[in-house]
Amino acid sequence: MGINWHDFFIVGNPLILGSQIAIALTMVGIVAGVTYLKKWKWLWREWITTVDHKRIGIMYILSGVLMFFRGGVDGLLMKAQTSRPEMQFLDAQHYNEIFTTHGVIMILFAAMPLLIGLMNVVIPLQIGARDVAFPQLNALSFWLFFSGAMLFNISFVIGGSPDAGWTAYFPLAGKEFTPGIGNNYYAVALQIAGIGTLMTGINFIVTILKMRTKGMKLMRMPMFTWTSFVASIIIVASFPIFTVALGLMTFDRIFGTHFFTLSGGGMDMMWANLFWLWGHPEVYIVVLPAFGMFSEVISTFSRKMLFGYKSMVFSVVGIAFLSMLVWVHHFFTMGAGPAVNSVFSITTMMIAIPTGVKMFNWLFTMRKGRIQFTTPMLWALAFIPCFVIGGVTGVMLAMGAADYQYHNTLFLVAHFHYVLIPGVVFAVFAGLYYWWPKMFGHMLNEKLGKLHFWFFVIGFNLTFMPMFFLGLNGAVRRSYTYSVESGYAPLFLLSAIGAVILAIGFGFLCYNIYWSARYADRNISNDPWDARTLEWATASPAPFYNFAKLPEVKSLDAFWYMKKNNEGLSLKDDEIKEIHMPSNSGLPFYMGVVFGITGFFLVFEWKIAALVATVGILAGLIIRSFDYNDGFHVPVDEIKATEKAWRNIDKGVNNHVS
Amino acid sequence: MFKKNYFVPLLALLPVLLLSGCDTNMLVFEPKGPAARDILDLINWSLIFMLLVVVVVFGLFGYIIWKYRATPENKDYEPPEEHGSTKLEFIWTIIPILIVIALTIPTVKTIYKLEKVPAGYEKKDPIVIHVTSADWKWIFSYPDQGIETVNYVNIPAGTPVEFKLTSAGTMQSFWVPELGGQKYTMNKMETQLYLTADKPGEFLGRNTNFNGQGYAGMEFTVEAKSPKDFEKWVKEVKEKAPKLTENKYFELLKPTHLGRETYIGTHLAWVDHAKMNSKTYTNPELYEVHGVKGKIFKEKETDSESTKDMDGNSNGGEHDGH
Repeated sequence: MGINWHDFFIVGNPLILGSQIAIALTMVGIVAGVTYLKKWKWLWREWITTVDHKRIGIMYILSGVLMFFRGGVDGLLMKAQTSRPEMQFLDAQHYNEIFTTHGVIMILFAAMPLLIGLMNVVIPLQIGARDVAFPQLNALSFWLFFSGAMLFNISFVIGGSPDAGWTAYFPLAGKEFTPGIGNNYYAVALQIAGIGTLMTGINFIVTILKMRTKGMKLMRMPMFTWTSFVASIIIVASFPIFTVALGLMTFDRIFGTHFFTLSGGGMDMMWANLFWLWGHPEVYIVVLPAFGMFSEVISTFSRKMLFGYKSMVFSVVGIAFLSMLVWVHHFFTMGAGPAVNSVFSITTMMIAIPTGVKMFNWLFTMRKGRIQFTTPMLWALAFIPCFVIGGVTGVMLAMGAADYQYHNTLFLVAHFHYVLIPGVVFAVFAGLYYWWPKMFGHMLNEKLGKLHFWFFVIGFNLTFMPMFFLGLNGAVRRSYTYSVESGYAPLFLLSAIGAVILAIGFGFLCYNIYWSARYADRNISNDPWDARTLEWATASPAPFYNFAKLPEVKSLDAFWYMKKNNEGLSLKDDEIKEIHMPSNSGLPFYMGVVFGITGFFLVFEWKIAALVATVGILAGLIIRSFDYNDGFHVPVDEIKATEKAWRNIDKGVNNHVS
Repeated sequence: MFKKNYFVPLLALLPVLLLSGCDTNMLVFEPKGPAARDILDLINWSLIFMLLVVVVVFGLFGYIIWKYRATPENKDYEPPEEHGSTKLEFIWTIIPILIVIALTIPTVKTIYKLEKVPAGYEKKDPIVIHVTSADWKWIFSYPDQGIETVNYVNIPAGTPVEFKLTSAGTMQSFWVPELGGQKYTMNKMETQLYLTADKPGEFLGRNTNFNGQGYAGMEFTVEAKSPKDFEKWVKEVKEKAPKLTENKYFELLKPTHLGRETYIGTHLAWVDHAKMNSKTYTNPELYEVHGVKGKIFKEKETDSESTKDMDGNSNGGEHDGH
């Protein structure tokens, strides 16, 4: 309804035309390549139908890196546009679409999958489990996320991207002011991906509560597991709000209800409340697992246990609790009244307290340690000063009255990039370098890693530091241009140069992945970093059943003490028993596809087609409920062979840290 | 890792260098009125504590990673087993709490202060100016003077101004950084902002809340005139400006960019967008993205009237609110 065929492809813009051609060529190239290498069967059996948490994790990470690239290109385009005053590179509409997709993609389709990917790879290993609690649900989560991400990504060539900002404030995001189907993509694609995330949250809560190995009490769990657990709880608490909000948005846009519209008595403010009631906890969903990663990395490379483990746990729980109580600070300027603004100023500032505790605990973990400057450790170290800048400016923003001057300016933009890039992106990089051998059986190159590090960190500071000063000088966010007289030009140019340096840094990561995959040394031990937690107690890469015999935990940093006391490391023949593992399934992939198709019809408001496609979803659910396949047993001989292969090469193995 | 240790102090110095001076040319640091000054006092107060935090953490950070770095000499060094320290952890819990308290008190005071006529100006009666934001322009109505301006607002210097903010369409934000902080303008709602200019002068104002394609151009000027000049200006307008009619007002509200305009009379005579059941004047047909036009979903029986808003035919029937 209202959407014509001639609106289907976006035409008349050379940038987008170029992308369309590039996408078509890439797709043809992939299909031809896989066919030529005769890899279809392998792709289907080993990856698409897999329920192995490590492979699902790797697929999450791969999609996350791709989306990070896409979001990064958006960022570079914006920086190019604002590098000079009154620049004519992008027009207003195109710029609006780009900053909207940049925000959505970076938060939901880059940060989330990268973190959930690492959680998937690491957590079952860290708690000594064979898989997550619901392996097939886990695969479904991934395919729903992927389906949502793809649906969102095709928007810029088919039909038009959303253009109301990643916050999609009403009434702007409604049909009255934003026609076209861009915001339908927002409503539908995020819904599909969000359902996947919600199920991930449930899956990890159950996994961590129910699947821990013998002796792994809650207060013996590694910090990354703790933070992921708490993040999962926040997911379960906040994502349903988003689901409802997006649902109401979909009704408003497609079916003509008036929840948030201007006409018909809608409440535009209700959207802002619902959005941030999800959106603010979302920030902590991405930053808490990152804190966990830094804790692992810092303690490993200082060769010390985490300082103040208990207060770390309490502070994480405290942050989670407060995260649900601060959403109004996103609209202090909405005239909610001084009492409301005061309360939310205080709750927001209180978040600085547990965060400060964590900072000092990390610093004191390093004190009296023996700090090794490996690539993962460099990211963790750079995180501390950068995040402190993000943190203190966050407190400044939290002060309601002062926020009247910062609100919606580039000061705010600089602040949240100073929180999210060190707090999430640095962590993901640290985590990738750190756990890469566990995923692939080889390390990433340290020299390229350091180039990646220096370019990225220097570029990052150069890009976002000037924005604080631009903001204080009155420059606002989301404005596609500015005048010469405003005097913003030099700092905007500096920021654009920084963005290029940052992009070069990312380029080094991509090259590093390629180089290491081809040339890196495969002859490494299962524990190349001399680490402290259980994921390192098994082979690198970990066998699909994770542990031949589930380890027993007696204290924090279990693996460290196993190595120190030389117990529990070896495996006797009679200890090996058959292992029960879940079978692969094509159903999650199928569900992702039908969800994607339904979503696509809904985006284009072809309501009857969408209704017909939902039959496919129902069919999937019915098939699943009649699926009696409850897995298979791995024979003892196979386990023996696998274990011997990695345990007997101990001598002559390259141990990379010493 | 020698480089690292240069990098950190440098990073620490940057904000100190750039935030400290008044010669840095940042509007927020150049208040021209009591509201902006109150906020700046609060910002400066917070900067002291934030710099303290930055200096302490950066100093400790630099010291620790330098002192305890792995070198070939300490290859066999076995770090001590250290679980934590209740005393230390207590200290770094209590200090942030104290800082938060130290920031909270002036914050709350300032929040309340900004809701009132600024201190020192209580004796003067504030003049009331209604601000209506529309796509993509600012409309200022002076009910007492009986005039309306577009994209500029003249105010008497040294007199408190009570801005009553609302929007004819999307959500926008009214900000004059040199005079004070911003507030949102929202349709069918009203927010208040007291701004006062100490002395005559010209200040830049703008919308900070994204509202579509014309957003970048949503600027206006605030000109503070001496009370005498202000009276003179009002008189001049009353003599020369054209009269604002309802039809002319509909034209104004269309999504366009306009220059400065001045009228006799205000639109408050026929609509106050801040009222819960005020009529919706927007016309979605005028918004177009990628060839698709905007629309309002309507109930069947009002369909015939649906596109007539802009032509002046009343159809506020279904917008009566709750």
